[in-house]
Amino acid sequence: MPAKKSLAMLLGSILALGSTQLMAAPTASMLADTCAGCHGTDGSSMGPAIPNIAGVSAEYFNTVMKEYAEDDRASTIMGRIARGYTTEEIALMADLYAAKKPKSTSQKLDAAKVAAGSKLYKKNCSKCHDEKGTLPDDDSGILASQWLTYLQYSMEDFQAGHREMPKKMKKKVKKLSAAEIEGLLQFFASQQ
Amino acid sequence: MTQIKRRDFIKIAGATAAISAIGFPSIAAAGGKKKVVIVGGGTGGATAARYIRRADPSVEVTLIEPNEHYYTCYMSNEVIGGARSLDSIKFGYDGLRKHGVTVVHDMVTGIDAKGKKVSTKGGKSFSYDRCIVAPGISFKDNIAGYDEAAHEKMPHAWKAGNQTALLHKQLGAMADGGTVLIAPPPNPFRCPPGPYERACQIGNYLKMNKPKSKILILDSKDKFSKQKLFTQAFERHYKGIIEWVPAKDTGGGIKSVDAAAGTATTGSGDKHNAAVTNIIPAQHAGKIAHTAGLTNDSGWCPVDHKTFESSIHKGIHVIGDAAIQKPMPKSGYAANSQAKATAAAVVDLVNGREPGTPSWVNTCYSIVAPADGISVAMVYNFVDGKVAKVKGSGGLTSMDSSPAERAREVQYAYSWYNNITNDAFGG
Repeated sequence: MPAKKSLAMLLGSILALGSTQLMAAPTASMLADTCAGCHGTDGSSMGPAIPNIAGVSAEYFNTVMKEYAEDDRASTIMGRIARGYTTEEIALMADLYAAKKPKSTSQKLDAAKVAAGSKLYKKNCSKCHDEKGTLPDDDSGILASQWLTYLQYSMEDFQAGHREMPKKMKKKVKKLSAAEIEGLLQFFASQQ
Repeated sequence: MTQIKRRDFIKIAGATAAISAIGFPSIAAAGGKKKVVIVGGGTGGATAARYIRRADPSVEVTLIEPNEHYYTCYMSNEVIGGARSLDSIKFGYDGLRKHGVTVVHDMVTGIDAKGKKVSTKGGKSFSYDRCIVAPGISFKDNIAGYDEAAHEKMPHAWKAGNQTALLHKQLGAMADGGTVLIAPPPNPFRCPPGPYERACQIGNYLKMNKPKSKILILDSKDKFSKQKLFTQAFERHYKGIIEWVPAKDTGGGIKSVDAAAGTATTGSGDKHNAAVTNIIPAQHAGKIAHTAGLTNDSGWCPVDHKTFESSIHKGIHVIGDAAIQKPMPKSGYAANSQAKATAAAVVDLVNGREPGTPSWVNTCYSIVAPADGISVAMVYNFVDGKVAKVKGSGGLTSMDSSPAERAREVQYAYSWYNNITNDAFGG
């Protein structure tokens, strides 16, 4: 019965189409827009404790989300969120945020501390955090114009051993005083 | 795959019919502007307006909201306890206007689903291709005697604004040694951790200003959101101040009030004459959802979870607290997240495209002391036609997280607040 068979095939192909549509991954913006509730529209944060994620490199985004999901990097909430996504979904969000332009933050900083930090920057940080921390290609988070409170939290985590530092950074940080580190964080936060 | 069940066949036929039904009018309307009308300017409505304009600036978006300002329910407990000002939770609509949204301050009185028209108290009529209804909640009459006049004596403060200010003022006027009675509502309701965060915020105020006073929570439930963490906070910060009593010990909590006499009576007949009484009534969808016939017997709005389109009236989407959105909670974050997924679906639909697969997140912070914050979070995906929790994701703040982590959660809550309100109202 060819007529019946072709009808079944037609229905089969519609069903296959239907199920692939249901199984399709959400788009990059569908996924990434859910971040904005905490990280700000397009990843530009308006709150000092939550970092800007606009413009971070895709490699950094992917790495960090994996570390959060596996509890290799300390967090209060990001581990719980990161475990909600597949590697492919995280990669979609990573590419989307890497293409966003970060907005400059407007925050109150201490000019004297910024000046002190600027003197220490070249010797201590510039080899990896190139161009005063403005480049996403160094595969750290965005440091330039990042919120000071977030930078302070990050440094606390590094120093407490809750977050791993690269060897070179560990050596440098060990030699710096608390005041010097604060100066460096203020310096990075002040960059536009 | 070779055998097609009858059930599946009907699904396919239905889906095909739906696609062609969508396809035709959009072709017919080609050339004309696509119009979306949004009813309600809270977090859900405002976010949807902004995100539709972001996705497709050719869509005309009209948001209709009676009030010129919106006070967020989230963070309003800090206003009650005195930690922040009422002005700090107040938002206008100029941010949305900057994004090209037409904001109309009027009250929607009817939605004609067949004629695709919204009518207002001011006598205006707005036609639409798609309508999004985000009306929040309204109160049920589950507590005898709790009428409009009683709201002014025993504030609910569950819609922020004047009610928030009133409860704050009553606490200020209370003598040291008084009792604050909180009567939380039965499930489901807006902001499940809210009544207990409120107890903490009031507890903090009393501890600093009126240390002989007490808070009595007479619940209409036997368990509640983030219960272990809140119980820990009551013990840790408010020992001897906050007492929580489950429904089973009082015959179901507060059942009636006599606002003039200042008394509230439980199901088992115990009459309480507290210095301050905060009645939070049972809830269902906001009024317009009932008027427009968008609710079912539960009093909430059933929706297709892929697009949040009403399962009762086609062409109308319901988002936020009013929608049946389980397992998502009725929270500001959920409303913001649903608004974005629905905005994307509506933009697809008005352009004659099949909507994509949605994704959602919820995050709720509760500030239980000045340096002690707790949270619940979850990632949701779309499985078998429904919102589902992504296995392995989400969960609560750990019971043994350090004071430093708890202090950070408070700061994260404040930063979250800046970001979500800016994301919704457009800064």
